[in-house]
Amino acid sequence: MIEARNLTKVFHDKKRGEIRAVDDVSFTCRPGRIYGLLGANGAGKTTTLRLLATLLRPTAGSATVAGFDTVAEPERVRASVGFLATSTALYGRLTARETIAYFGRLNGLSEAAIVARVARLADELDLHEFLDRRVEKFSTGMKQKTSIARTLVHDPAVLIFDEPTIGLDVMTARNIVRFVRDCRTRGKTVIYSTHVMSEVEKLCDIVGIIHHGRLVAEGSLAELGQRYGVQDMEEIFIRAVGADQEEAA
Amino acid sequence: MNGHNILTVYGKELRDSLRDRRTLLSMIIIPTLMIPGIMAVAVGVSAKMINKARGEVPTVMVLGGDDSPVLRAALAADPKLHLVRTAANWKQQISDKQLRAAVEIPAGFDAALDRGTPAEVKIYDYDGELRSGFAVGELRNFLNDYREKTVTARLAGRGLPVALVKPFEVKTQNVAPPEKVGGNLVGGLIPYLFILLCYTGAMYSAMDLTAGEKERGTMETILCSPVARTDLVLGKFLMVLTASLTAALISMISMGLTFVVGGILMGATRMTAAAKAGPLPMLDPAGLLLVLAMVLPVAVLFSAVLLAVSLFAKTIKEASSYVSPMIMLIIIPAMMGLMPGVELNARLALVPILNIALVSKELVSGVFHWQYLALIFGSTCVYAAAALAFCVHLFNREEVLFRT
Repeated sequence: MIEARNLTKVFHDKKRGEIRAVDDVSFTCRPGRIYGLLGANGAGKTTTLRLLATLLRPTAGSATVAGFDTVAEPERVRASVGFLATSTALYGRLTARETIAYFGRLNGLSEAAIVARVARLADELDLHEFLDRRVEKFSTGMKQKTSIARTLVHDPAVLIFDEPTIGLDVMTARNIVRFVRDCRTRGKTVIYSTHVMSEVEKLCDIVGIIHHGRLVAEGSLAELGQRYGVQDMEEIFIRAVGADQEEAA
Repeated sequence: MNGHNILTVYGKELRDSLRDRRTLLSMIIIPTLMIPGIMAVAVGVSAKMINKARGEVPTVMVLGGDDSPVLRAALAADPKLHLVRTAANWKQQISDKQLRAAVEIPAGFDAALDRGTPAEVKIYDYDGELRSGFAVGELRNFLNDYREKTVTARLAGRGLPVALVKPFEVKTQNVAPPEKVGGNLVGGLIPYLFILLCYTGAMYSAMDLTAGEKERGTMETILCSPVARTDLVLGKFLMVLTASLTAALISMISMGLTFVVGGILMGATRMTAAAKAGPLPMLDPAGLLLVLAMVLPVAVLFSAVLLAVSLFAKTIKEASSYVSPMIMLIIIPAMMGLMPGVELNARLALVPILNIALVSKELVSGVFHWQYLALIFGSTCVYAAAALAFCVHLFNREEVLFRT
């Protein structure tokens, strides 16, 4: 379970002054559900997810992930989270097996548990062919599969995906989407940030639309369609963001 | 602090680094080849040049002295001098290195000697030029010899003993042990190389483990893991320290082998009587080990500072632009330790790097000032601890980790 309460993050830039990247954002994400965080580039999605993953500290507000406060217990939060993003790359000079084992050790797994976990993930994700090859020689698809294994090695209760399909070919992107669905089936709490409307339609149970750091709309696809009088996700997004801009004006 | 996590991070970084050619180059290959390389080039080239210059019979021009045939004949008879025809442009010839030196004989020199009146012979040279210097040496030897023969002949003519003008002889003899002489000769150079290699050994590793990780996108991956920031930085720091110390240790082994192999190859042909014990300068082995012990806190200091500075950068290229100029901050105090007359005192013992350079010079000579050693070791440990604490502090600052 993820609970964000009035989460705010302000950056200070010498040229641009104060930037409110995340502004008073509150939402709840429950186990067995996929929460889609939808927004344009620079809307505040990545900052929100980094706050939840304890990579950043909130300026105001708070969040709990798997029952742990992100500021008071950051290490326990991270032990409960699997974080996958295009910005979370792999070590090129390690093999897939070494990579998975490394993150298993950092998550406190015993050597026996790591061996068992690597074998299971290799079966599930079909890693056997390249398990003992160095990551630097991998195709994009192989890297993504290894990243997924790295994310799942400690069997986290919460999974955070930050635009995981950006720059990927269709087949690799489909693998990711399938994997995210599997997480929901297993009862994980999933938060998925994207600006690809079709992915939201395919995956998300609840959608939060974020614009200029603020959560401007939230609900299931059906609820949002009803609220804005359209069924198409792109239209919903345009109307939600447009209404916010009108309010701001 | 979690020891298991620190060692896990360290183990991974070590494995990763050992698979990286650039880290291996800075950690092992350069320290292995640098000292033998410098020695081979410096000793080989300079020895070859000096031997060649020494083997050459210098060209010398005699200016004047037409009325002094005795001296001219003696000069012409010296096989160590090659007299050339007198020319008006002799100064130009010396400047152009066509002529090594010129000797000016005053008018009526032979007659003046016969009368017993003083006369002045002038030597013209190219100051600082090696071959010209050898020519001056030969001319001085010849003229001193000629003067002594003249004095001896005069004393004999008057029935007086030679001891009249040479009442006593002066001889110098070295009493310092060979390792102290050796330490004095190369003692300054050894810590200089150690310090430099400690820095360069740590440099690439520090950049790769911080800015390199940001550049490759793996920093965010590791920051998402439950490992605490302090454990992460300590694991990385241990790797940079390993690289730094490995470079220093390998350079020490390489230096030892260079002296042994170089000694065998060159044979026991030292010029100075003081270094008769070996073909190359002898160093105090206990002193050398103590130098390595003193280098330990310096390596900690370098590793922490380099890790912190590199963490600011977003790319290895940017990190390189920060840490490369910092070499000057290392070289200048290390070179000051090489300067003659700069001696260790309580105040200089607190100046980082310079203190190690100065004390190391003493250590390899077998001189142990324990109070200074304690002061230097202690102060360097304090600086190193402060640098490490700063590094941990930076790893907890998100504006540094996620600088855009």
